[in-house]
Amino acid sequence: MTADVEDPNRRDILVVAASAFSAVGAASLIWPFVHQMNPDAGAQALASAEFDLAPVQEGQAITVMWRGKPVFIRHRTAEEIETAKKVALDELPDPVSRNENQPGTPATDENRTIAGHEKWLVMVGICTHLGCIPKGQTLADAKGDYGGWFCPCHGSHYDTSGRIRKGPAPRNLDVPPYTFLSDTKIRIG
Amino acid sequence: MSNHASTYEPKSATAKWWDERLPVPRMMHDQFVDFPTPRNLNYLWTFGGILTFCLVAQLVTGIVLAMHYQPSDAEAFNSLDRIRRDVNYGWLIQAMHATGSSMFFLAVYIHIFRGLYYGSYRAPREILWILGVFILLAMMATAFLGYSLPWGQMSFWAVTVITNLFSSLDAVIPGLGTAIVQWLWGGYAVSGTTLNRFFSLHYLLPFVIFGLVILHIWALHVAGQNNPTGLNIKSKSDSVPMYPYAVAKDAFALFAFVILFAWFVLFLPDYLGHADNFIEANPLVTPPHIVPEWYFLPFYAILRAIPDKLGGVIAMFASIAILAFIPWLDRSPVRSAKYRPVYKWFFWLFVIACLALGYLGSKPAEGIYVFWARIFTAYYFAHFLIVMPIVGAMETPSRMPGSITEAVLGKSSKKSTSADAH
Ligand code: HEM
Ligand code: FES
Repeated sequence: MTADVEDPNRRDILVVAASAFSAVGAASLIWPFVHQMNPDAGAQALASAEFDLAPVQEGQAITVMWRGKPVFIRHRTAEEIETAKKVALDELPDPVSRNENQPGTPATDENRTIAGHEKWLVMVGICTHLGCIPKGQTLADAKGDYGGWFCPCHGSHYDTSGRIRKGPAPRNLDVPPYTFLSDTKIRIG
Repeated sequence: MSNHASTYEPKSATAKWWDERLPVPRMMHDQFVDFPTPRNLNYLWTFGGILTFCLVAQLVTGIVLAMHYQPSDAEAFNSLDRIRRDVNYGWLIQAMHATGSSMFFLAVYIHIFRGLYYGSYRAPREILWILGVFILLAMMATAFLGYSLPWGQMSFWAVTVITNLFSSLDAVIPGLGTAIVQWLWGGYAVSGTTLNRFFSLHYLLPFVIFGLVILHIWALHVAGQNNPTGLNIKSKSDSVPMYPYAVAKDAFALFAFVILFAWFVLFLPDYLGHADNFIEANPLVTPPHIVPEWYFLPFYAILRAIPDKLGGVIAMFASIAILAFIPWLDRSPVRSAKYRPVYKWFFWLFVIACLALGYLGSKPAEGIYVFWARIFTAYYFAHFLIVMPIVGAMETPSRMPGSITEAVLGKSSKKSTSADAH
């Protein structure tokens, strides 16, 4: 067979097409192997839970579990709310409310709670630095320089609205999505 | 070196049969019996063999532990207790594995500082060195994953804090860090799901290390071993066959190392651990003072020295990655610090900086500790980025012996050396 009988380009296209096809096929298999590690539907289904707040007295706090994370619910005293309200926005390292119920709003105390239920502060109890659980839920705990919570791991101080005031944590404690079903019943998620 | 002529002679018909089909005995003979090793190697060159021993010891004890361990959040903590109390000799094998990781890191740090002092990372050993850096990274990942398995308080919170390092990427692309962290966890928090996958990876990575070590030794046998003078082997009298000379020295050092190892295993099995890890993991309570294992302390100090979350994470990873570049950062005309009167001082300053960072990493990140951590972190990087290129280019090396033989036998040997070379 002489060279001019063959069409070399026809061979090229076959090689290119076959390689491209296998490459795309192999690449599309990567996703199942990556995605298997993501939270599955079962983990996502745990996403909402209801809690009764009637036994929680003023000045007390409880910790509940939601999506495998601790959630702090604090029944704040009038004084704690007052101090939180007085803070000017420009004193805050993180000026965003971090409230999933009203994303992107400024970090005023009003925006960190739900209107009509301001005495309840509900937040994911995980330090936004590297994920430790801040102290401050029990009366004996150190509450930090701002009377809210103190993370012992690397020294982050949160105020009575759960906003970062001092230390390495970059953000205010996250407020999860929640609604009040009645005055003392809450649904998180 | 690898192309020194083969001296293997199959001694039996079977050996000859094999030699014509799969010449493994020939390779072993040429690479580990008759391989030319510099005649002046000191005991610091025995740590490669010691490391090989450590790797095999971790594999054997680890495979045994996996026969009794249960990787679930409900059972992990208890199954470890059963290994230590009920399984026949479980107390011994568990202690060997737990202590073994500390011994492994002790040996690898000595091995690395040896390379740094004698310039073993310089041409033609760049690939050998970089493979070492990859081995170090894989060792760190393995140790971190393994530390999660006992599912005690330190395990749980170490996993939480270290995986959360990736959340700092939220500062680059919002949401990216969180997505990566949840992908690592398989949920919205560290859980039994996380433990299960960490167990799988902890079993996998040592075999990856094993593969890397084979490449590491292959590269070593192509370039040949460096030695305290940093000179190349130039004549026959500069080297001795690996067996019996290097092997005997390696064996002696290994026994000494095993005595230290055994002393920890038998008398202080939990000394290098942390008391909080005897409390079962509790996602609701963080221990008041979280510290990593001793071998991570310098890096932990660097992480905390930088006041910015993302910056700290970058500095910590950079402190290891930078090692891969030093073959090109060092501009000195000679390899060994033995003949570098100025650099020698900086080398010991670097050793002090690493030890100091280790100490500071164990202290709370506040006040004066943070100040010193910043100073030593600055020196850690300056050593590679400023001292290595500048001192290397400016300093005049001290007078060097003409050859390895001359370094050992003195000037008188000069004649025989040059005679050999011709
Ligand atoms: C599992 C861990 C490791 C094992 C089993 C291992 C094994 C060895 C062995 C058997 C040798 C030859 C004997 C000796 O010179 O001591 C060697 C040499 C060497 N290793 Fe490693 N190694 C490990 C990790 C590392 C690491 C982390 C580095 C550096 C980052 C490194 C850098 C070197 C260099 C530069 C040499 C050549 C030294 C010379 O000839 O002067 N190794 N290694
Ligand atoms: S995790 Fe809270 S300060 Fe670091």
